[in-house]
Amino acid sequence: MKARVYVTLKPSVFDPQGKTIHDALLSLGYARVADVRQGKFFEVALEGVAPEAARQTVEEIARKVLANPVIESYRVELEDAGARASDAPRRAAGKQGG
Amino acid sequence: MRIGVVVFPGSNCDHDTYHVVKHVCGQEARFVWHKDSYLGGLDAVVLPGGFAYGDYLRTGAIARFSPVMQAVTAFAARGGPVLGICNGFQILQEAGLLPGAMLRNRDVKFLSQPVHVRVERDDTPASAGLSVGDVLTMPIAHGEGNFFLPDAELDGLEARGQVVFRYSRKDGRLDDASNVNGSVRSIAGICNEARNVVGLMPHPERASEGELGSADGRRIFEALIRSLVPA
Repeated sequence: MKARVYVTLKPSVFDPQGKTIHDALLSLGYARVADVRQGKFFEVALEGVAPEAARQTVEEIARKVLANPVIESYRVELEDAGARASDAPRRAAGKQGG
Repeated sequence: MRIGVVVFPGSNCDHDTYHVVKHVCGQEARFVWHKDSYLGGLDAVVLPGGFAYGDYLRTGAIARFSPVMQAVTAFAARGGPVLGICNGFQILQEAGLLPGAMLRNRDVKFLSQPVHVRVERDDTPASAGLSVGDVLTMPIAHGEGNFFLPDAELDGLEARGQVVFRYSRKDGRLDDASNVNGSVRSIAGICNEARNVVGLMPHPERASEGELGSADGRRIFEALIRSLVPA
């Protein structure tokens, strides 16, 4: 089971890095770029956890560790069960190879 | 007085701080390893500057989970004086011992330069005996020192007198140019509601001897020592 966590600065918080990237894009001629906000992306792999429990765990991890609630908000996406099933044989093969 | 200096992997101002406490101020100094879970009879604790855990994730975000932070939190809850300098300030914020968070500096650059800070309060362990309005000159060295707190909470912070230092001009006046990192309301240092935990971004330990260009930082350590003497 894999989860993706997106952490971004809250809309009300100034993002100096996003602003710098935006300025660079404008100077490169991308005149239609109206704004850039920079964030962080995490892939969290869990083992032996049912989807509902996985969501709960990852939400907790995002709230307690991955995001700072003073300035950031987060969004959690769970990889769907079908993708998980097709992942399993690849992992096994990887182990043999190693 | 026994003053502890916490050492995290990545702390790099720990020895400077130890030096000032012991050799400049003549107090007993002791290093506290981040894996220690007790403080062993210290009178005050300093979290020094540096890059604990390489600033991975966010500044201070991993360090707050070090075993020593439970001891520091308990020490602070008992009223023990805790001073966080630069990265130490960031760790105290992540640990929830001080409010707010640090954003990347307004102009994105890492800033290493002397700054002036105006003393706003004389009733904290880092400013006891200083005069409100005094201007101290100390260096800053940080990429993330742009203090942020939502507007709704800033008024409360001010009303409770938790702003201890502000970036200012040499004459004490506030302006945008002297607020080098873009902090809200020029905030350079704050305390908690109980007033025993203080964080500041400038480095007093790098400005505690005349040979280093300024000895103003020594006044912060002297304040800490003064605050420990029973009245």
